[in-house]
Amino acid sequence: MTLDARALARAYRTMKTIREFEERLHVEIATGEIPGFTHLYAGQEAVATGICFDLGPSDYIVSTHRGHGHCIAKGCDVSGMMKEIYGRRDGLCHGKGGSMHIADVTKGMLGANAIVGGGPPLAVGAAIACRQRRAGNVSVAFGGDGSANQGTVFEAMNLAVVLRVPAIFVFEDNGYSEHTGAAYAVGSRDIAGRARAFGMPAEKVDGTDFFAVREAMQRAIARARAGEGPSTIEATTTRYYGHFEGDPQNYRAKDEIARHRETMDCLTHFRARMAQDGGLGVAELDAIDREVLALIDRAVAEARAAPLPGADELTTDVYVRY
Amino acid sequence: MPQISMRDAINQALHQEMARDERVIVLGEDVSGGAGGSSGTRDAAGGIFGVTKGLLPRFGEDRVIDTPISESAIIGAAGGAALAGLRPVAEIMFADFVGVCMDQIYNQIAKFRYMFGGKSTCPVVIRTAMGAGMNMGAQHSQTIYPFLTAVPGLKIVVPSNACDAKGLLIRAIRDDDPVVFFEHKALYPRKAEVPEESYEIPFGEANLVREGEHATVVAIGRMVPFAEKALDALAKDGITCDLIDPRTLSPLDEDTILESLDGTGRLVVVDESPPRCSVAADIAGMAASRGFSLLRAPVAQVTAPHAPVPFSPGLERLYVPGPQRIEAAIRGVIAA
Repeated sequence: MTLDARALARAYRTMKTIREFEERLHVEIATGEIPGFTHLYAGQEAVATGICFDLGPSDYIVSTHRGHGHCIAKGCDVSGMMKEIYGRRDGLCHGKGGSMHIADVTKGMLGANAIVGGGPPLAVGAAIACRQRRAGNVSVAFGGDGSANQGTVFEAMNLAVVLRVPAIFVFEDNGYSEHTGAAYAVGSRDIAGRARAFGMPAEKVDGTDFFAVREAMQRAIARARAGEGPSTIEATTTRYYGHFEGDPQNYRAKDEIARHRETMDCLTHFRARMAQDGGLGVAELDAIDREVLALIDRAVAEARAAPLPGADELTTDVYVRY
Repeated sequence: MPQISMRDAINQALHQEMARDERVIVLGEDVSGGAGGSSGTRDAAGGIFGVTKGLLPRFGEDRVIDTPISESAIIGAAGGAALAGLRPVAEIMFADFVGVCMDQIYNQIAKFRYMFGGKSTCPVVIRTAMGAGMNMGAQHSQTIYPFLTAVPGLKIVVPSNACDAKGLLIRAIRDDDPVVFFEHKALYPRKAEVPEESYEIPFGEANLVREGEHATVVAIGRMVPFAEKALDALAKDGITCDLIDPRTLSPLDEDTILESLDGTGRLVVVDESPPRCSVAADIAGMAASRGFSLLRAPVAQVTAPHAPVPFSPGLERLYVPGPQRIEAAIRGVIAA
């Protein structure tokens, strides 16, 4: 299905918002104002955006430690996310979650997850709930090349096939499992092949091409809605920053990131596609860029000004009732 | 009132809650059983101890879900389904297998509500069979509740009889927090009077099983009937004790224990787990810090040894704290 200008603008705005959110965090983290561990998604924007593009709030996603992009693509409030990352009381999780645990259940975003391989079993459970509800909803498990080596992920894939639930497994192969290359750690380097071995269809797509990702996702959604069970999408992509902020990345060739920014950039690809096919003009794209920069500026300013959680909140929200 | 076994009482609770609320689903290994078998017979097992028998024929495959042997997927699926609005009752066949899916229990379902700033609920019940006494060896016999009791975000239930098991499980299914429900295998066939209608037993309210004056005995799970035997023997010598069954270890009804201690001044805690970081140690510590002035003798802890559960029947009998050891411990604190 071809997209109208409005939809194209939405896709570009989402990718650009993720990019600027992460680029800005990279700068702000260096000031020391943001506590803790942050894993940036810059470089992978086309995957989150293409996967979430046709999902609504009643569809679910389960994310990873590198979850900011998934959150934004699933509709989480950018200002609420920024406040959460700054550990503020008005953050999406009241400052109790942080970068690695951003969630908004009302948006179908069931949480970033700091345990590699922790999410896919949860996504199968949400898919069971989707099946029960019979409204055509789907549940997506995001993971990386690293998670493709976790036993929990295989358990989840097998269970989804056995139960024929509307689950979609998305693997973002960004080349690195923390500080170790996927070329070393992923035997066969064929994650889609592993998925097929469980008895579900799996596609390998260019994860820097929004359109390719979205089209693969549309096929997976159609299968899920038809009651044909789970699918897998393996998206090849790259990350522009380290495993976490502060990672010196001495495991990467000196020019690798610059080369990838040159040749694998999803925003550049999108703009090239627009120049070739039409749909959105340069002026419209530039206007979105300015709009997004203003949004991120505002989010950072609001997060800085937001109050910190009070000491009385230390032990609230452990239970509904105890 | 009808006398039924703990197995049947739990089965009744599941039937009643599934009939009451269609969001309640049951999932686990062999909870129905028989899927994919050559006979085509479904409900072939009804759980390895028959606790979930009859649920599949009544409620169907969408709500009674046989899973592969994949404990992490079972608990994760229960957690995800709960975040998405269902009320899953997941079964881990033997409590020992919690080791396989520990991440999903203590990093995932226990922490969602806190990590998400109170904006989610995760109403999962994990039912699991525990305990020694059936010669099942070191990986099918443990009472692993101490290390889950230590996890904030979980509620821990250990019933000691059929009547409590039914009311506590109904409470657990209706609870909006994750609950781990430990069923002692040796208690499954034990019968008690159990009302047929549905009822709830609240969490955090201990049961004062017996009243007495010479000591306070706190016993968990199967240790409750063993403590009763010990008290029967002591009664012949005129020794009587308060016998307290906490029923839930998290939350723990500390006040009932301390009130009893106020009258008796002597405490014996009986726990089938090994002694280090056990619930016995936890309750003894609580009594020492909150009830120090009430104590007239050192607290006695009757526990299993610091060893895995042995296989050979004679050794296993030595492992499990029995009525005689409990009786000796009570006599000890009274003489002290």
